[in-house]
Amino acid sequence: MFKIIKKEILNPTVTLMKIEAPLIAKNAKAGQFVILRVSSDGERIPLTIADYDNNTITIIFQIVGATTYKLNQLNENDTILDVVGPLGNPTNTKDYKKVIVIGGGVGCAIAYPVAKQFHLEKSNVTSIIGFRNKDLIILENEFKQVSNQFYILTDDGSYNKKGFVTNQLEELLKQDSSYDLVIAIGPLVMMKAVCNLTKIYNVKTIVSMNSIMIDGTGMCGCCRLTVDGKTRFACIDGPDFDGHSIDFDEAIERSKMYHSIERNAYDHVCNLLKEEKKNV
Amino acid sequence: MFNPSKEKTYMPVQDANVRNKNFDEVSLGYDCNSAINEANRCLNCKNTPCVSGCPVGVKIPDFIGKIKEGKFEEAYEIINNTNTLAAICGRVCPQENQCEKNCVRAKNGEAVAIGRLERFVADFHLNNSSDDNIKKVASKNQKVAVIGSGPAGLSCASELAKRGYQVTIFEALHLAGGVLVYGIPEFRLPKSIVQKQIDHLISLGVEIKTNVVIGKTITIEELKNTYNYKAIFIASGAGLPRFMNIENENANGVYSANEYLTRINLMKAYKETSDTPIVKANKVAVVGGGNVAMDAARCAKRMGAKEVYIIYRRSKEEMPARQEEVEHALEEGIEFKFLTNPISIGKDSNNFVNKIRCVKMKLGEPDASNRRSPIVIENSEFDIEVDCVIMAIGTSPNPLIRNSLSDLKVEKWGGIIVDEETNATSIESIYAGGDAVTGSATVILAMGAGKKAADSIDKYLSLKK
Ligand code: FES
Repeated sequence: MFKIIKKEILNPTVTLMKIEAPLIAKNAKAGQFVILRVSSDGERIPLTIADYDNNTITIIFQIVGATTYKLNQLNENDTILDVVGPLGNPTNTKDYKKVIVIGGGVGCAIAYPVAKQFHLEKSNVTSIIGFRNKDLIILENEFKQVSNQFYILTDDGSYNKKGFVTNQLEELLKQDSSYDLVIAIGPLVMMKAVCNLTKIYNVKTIVSMNSIMIDGTGMCGCCRLTVDGKTRFACIDGPDFDGHSIDFDEAIERSKMYHSIERNAYDHVCNLLKEEKKNV
Repeated sequence: MFNPSKEKTYMPVQDANVRNKNFDEVSLGYDCNSAINEANRCLNCKNTPCVSGCPVGVKIPDFIGKIKEGKFEEAYEIINNTNTLAAICGRVCPQENQCEKNCVRAKNGEAVAIGRLERFVADFHLNNSSDDNIKKVASKNQKVAVIGSGPAGLSCASELAKRGYQVTIFEALHLAGGVLVYGIPEFRLPKSIVQKQIDHLISLGVEIKTNVVIGKTITIEELKNTYNYKAIFIASGAGLPRFMNIENENANGVYSANEYLTRINLMKAYKETSDTPIVKANKVAVVGGGNVAMDAARCAKRMGAKEVYIIYRRSKEEMPARQEEVEHALEEGIEFKFLTNPISIGKDSNNFVNKIRCVKMKLGEPDASNRRSPIVIENSEFDIEVDCVIMAIGTSPNPLIRNSLSDLKVEKWGGIIVDEETNATSIESIYAGGDAVTGSATVILAMGAGKKAADSIDKYLSLKK
């Protein structure tokens, strides 16, 4: 059992939790993830480690399905049934001098520890983070602190500059050809758009793939994707891959595999919990 | 009194058309009378050909002798001396290729039903004894780590615990049992039986830590240096699923058997109460001819598929699956497409699989493995309409541990290299066994390896003291 030390509502659909998990915290590195399970007979879902110290790990999640909904029902001092990790390979933050870190929506939770790690390794960090609107913004100050240049955009212009992260990226790439890495983390369509752009400007691009997972140890193959024409497993070969080699269209379709089923499960759980509340 | 019947004593099973809609156990097992009746078919041969067919050398005529006398608990003790997972092996061992293959009675009729008798004795024990007063405490102060809680890990842990070592099993998933809980379905091996075996281990003093991935959560270095384990047994299995590398294999609705079975068995997708999503398919093609293929096909049927095909490139005779599973699958309405091999998968505009394209095969000359190798028949392509494909063509050893341990010598295909006599790896104090060494094999072979490694670890640690 893993105790929730702190819970913070970052915005209406995104929550942060600090969880007591000393074993995981000890070996965790930026870019790695955990898999957790909230109830018996429940799903196992992967979530990136957004931060860690000696004793705890921090996760930031968006409420998108039955499991994240149930997770969000838990409060400080409650426990999470199962948490396993750190899984996947850490992001390689060495060997790069000038990087652009791009975070989209809740993907910023993953992009932030990576930006922080680059910063600690003394790279020059440019961060571009984007959100649908003002209410969904997370980690703005955290990013600022680890970035040499910082840009924040909203799709609808309700905060700061209006536009997509790719607009800002293109502006930068046009002016300056000395970036040696772009790292993009967010929705698949955003990562795809970033990669299409950086291909034109010929800048190496790493993306973090948030595939559907079960075990996270290479056992099931449900996290598989096509990279350079070959099948790879996101959990043990990734989650970071060269963005210019990924078959994004396939990955986007695979991510929708259970959409209709999940929607039903989500509605079902929400209704159940509402019923419960009424009856208390 | 000798029973001359040429046939095995009947073991009741759930009716095929009832059971193909539920996940309850298919075979219902013997009662005392039928067990004694079947035991009386045994000739008690002096040269015990059956024992030489058993990978762990269970003293078969001896335990059957006890059944004849109605001394079931004593029969259990005899099996348990060589096989600590009898309730499991009685259900999943391919007896027809092992003990029963050598049975003298099989020369003129059917072999003695050794597997069914083993199962009966083990179930009798589980139902009539309790672990309450065992509570063993380790008498030796040396700690041994076992990585993986499948058959190899469980048997090694049990042997070492009995000898007084402090044993910890580390399991990556949230539940112990390895392939016994994520792979083999409830209707073939009820999870309550696996759990009883595990509870028994715990009562012997074995500690089980779930949610720990060795090589990630804790490294082997840390096991040795920080946590002070004096020996390590790697039994991480052969979990990595293989795919065929054919077109559209990553389409939605194409599963590895591991994923499909895990969603159903471990994650309980068959239960109403589970959140685990799974594609509800009408027409399912399962590719492969082993037990895993049978399991996947029979699960698909139970999940509501109308048509389920097993596509196998050789013929029925070459199928590696247990005979009983093949028969049960046939009875449950699974359709076999022998001498057939997929060459590509088709998908619709939403990336969901809609057909599988196959070619017909014929058998050629025997190959290195002494099986006749299948050859493609020209221009024999045909399509089968399906909305789900399950690849059950085998697995490779899990790479996590070898990737985190550069000194560990492994085969090109990933199997850990060990000394055949001792199961020692290339690194001192580290042993390995089961599918992690052999590639996917049987429960009983893995168990045997676990036991052998326990012997070696015991020797090694006794000398070290
Ligand atoms: S999550 Fe199962 S293999 Fe990657």
